[in-house]
Amino acid sequence: MTRPVEPQPSPAPGSDLAIATRGLTKRFGARAAVDGLDLLVPRGSVYGFLGPNGSGKTTTIRMLLGLVRPSAGTSTLLGQPVPQGAQLVLPRVGSLVEGPAFHPYLSGRANLQRLDAADLTADARDSRQRIDAALDRVGLLATAGKRYRAYSLGMRQRLAIAAALLVPRELLVLDEPTNGLDPQGTREVRHLVASLASDGTTVFVSSHLLSEVEQMCTHLGVMSDGRLVAQGSSTEVRGGAAPVARILTEQPTVAARILTELGLVGVEAVPGGVRGTPDGIAPEKIVAALVESGVGVKEFTVSSPSLEDLFVSLTGEGFDVSG
Amino acid sequence: MSAAEPTLADDRGTAARRDSAPISRRPSSRLLRSELRLIAGRRRNQMGLLVLAAVPVLIAVAVRISSPRQGRGPDFVSSITSNGLFVPLAALSVELGLFLPLAIAMLAGDAVAGEANLGTLRYLLTVPVGRTRLLVTKYASLVIGALWGVAVVVLAGAAAGVALFGTGPMLTLSGTEISFGSAVWRVVLVGLYVAVGLAALAAVGLFISTLTEQPLAATVALMIFTILSWIADSVPQISWLHPWLLVDQWMAFGDLLRDPPFWDNIAQGLRVDLAYAVVFGLLAWARFAGKDITS
Repeated sequence: MTRPVEPQPSPAPGSDLAIATRGLTKRFGARAAVDGLDLLVPRGSVYGFLGPNGSGKTTTIRMLLGLVRPSAGTSTLLGQPVPQGAQLVLPRVGSLVEGPAFHPYLSGRANLQRLDAADLTADARDSRQRIDAALDRVGLLATAGKRYRAYSLGMRQRLAIAAALLVPRELLVLDEPTNGLDPQGTREVRHLVASLASDGTTVFVSSHLLSEVEQMCTHLGVMSDGRLVAQGSSTEVRGGAAPVARILTEQPTVAARILTELGLVGVEAVPGGVRGTPDGIAPEKIVAALVESGVGVKEFTVSSPSLEDLFVSLTGEGFDVSG
Repeated sequence: MSAAEPTLADDRGTAARRDSAPISRRPSSRLLRSELRLIAGRRRNQMGLLVLAAVPVLIAVAVRISSPRQGRGPDFVSSITSNGLFVPLAALSVELGLFLPLAIAMLAGDAVAGEANLGTLRYLLTVPVGRTRLLVTKYASLVIGALWGVAVVVLAGAAAGVALFGTGPMLTLSGTEISFGSAVWRVVLVGLYVAVGLAALAAVGLFISTLTEQPLAATVALMIFTILSWIADSVPQISWLHPWLLVDQWMAFGDLLRDPPFWDNIAQGLRVDLAYAVVFGLLAWARFAGKDITS
């Protein structure tokens, strides 16, 4: 099911991938949390990294950022091997890993000052302006003086995003960036990601909110149980799932027989009607056949399955935590 | 998040300004200064300093309103009344048993285990801060913390002592008298010697701090280490072990108050301190450099 990404034309060969891993594996004891991962994230893409809880997304991100040592395999970030070249490349990478984490008794601004002070590549002279710009960008400027412990979950999440934006980045790795945000905040993060992407920043975003990923991602990768089960551009990944015809009718049994005779596959009853995969049969032929046989068609649709349907069909387990 | 709209055409936030050009990295003390601000700003640490400062004041007042009695350790309390500078020395000998190691243990617990517990460790490392640089910075902040704690005891003791007992000449342990000026230098030397011992203890604490994600566990473990060392040091049957104990020569600072100072035990103490600092510093590095950060 894995579809490799078509390399985009680029004058500099080898630099067209923001993230590339080969056989990346992490074993904790006997269990492989991540198993033979071949990620291909093109530069300039917004890459949605999907998977049920416990499927290995965060472990993958930790390996990419040099926090966890892989058991096997290699990975490169912006052309630099990690973890070996992590010190060189990480200044160009902003990240949000497994939720916000700051010193509770420091203010939001003081927490950002601390992270900025830790960055040897950051210029101390314009530290104040950069911190204010980052706070402003996530809408926290007015509450920057409050202690972090008084922040709501949404504000904490915004502060973590601000920390990732302290200096201009070529790549942003955002693990569940909208966790804890209200619908308004979620929309704002989506806009933020869009505006960053339009500036040329590659965004690698893991999320379980599929509708949100659906709206902002140009590329998708789906993890299940430590393995990558699908990868490619959004249209490629979703194109792999055949469209489904759905008929609402009072006579589901007759309709199901006709659909099967026509050659639709996977015909099954749904509430109020039937559905099946046309598999190349023209929709108008289906409707005509139904009407000729005297089946009253109340509604007829042919559509690609939603990302959620696709996700469940790929990972098999919905949102259950895997082993 | 008003600024999140596409209108936020703030050029600073945009990418590709850095391109792939090599990024210049300058050595900087900003992280160390941030570390010290973090330590100094924490309410618990401020309270701890108050306790450290309260002991010499308590001693000075208690001695002033009662007659001096024989104390344990170097026999300072009985000599206090002759010169105010014996107050900080008495306070150091009292606080070296528990309070000063406890202060180090609390700072060391925060150093790595505390950051891991909060989750801030992963964000520091992805800034990125190299692991060796982070450990060195953390250790430097602990050493400064040790100096800081000792300085508070000495300064509070000196202030209380001079206020209550004046600035007369000091009676040395050898029975001779030295001027107040040279007595000040002796006290500074004592403070430095004590701080070096605490800095060695901080290396042990830093190592323990890399083993756990619970700061309190690291603090308690270092206190157990300290107290076990004191107990072992007081059991004469295992005197062969005493030269290897970190605390064995800690109380030898009294030798600096002889006339002339007696250096043998001081030198032995410094050698043991250095050995502990090197061994546990390397252990901390070996543990931390390759550790999977899953907090």
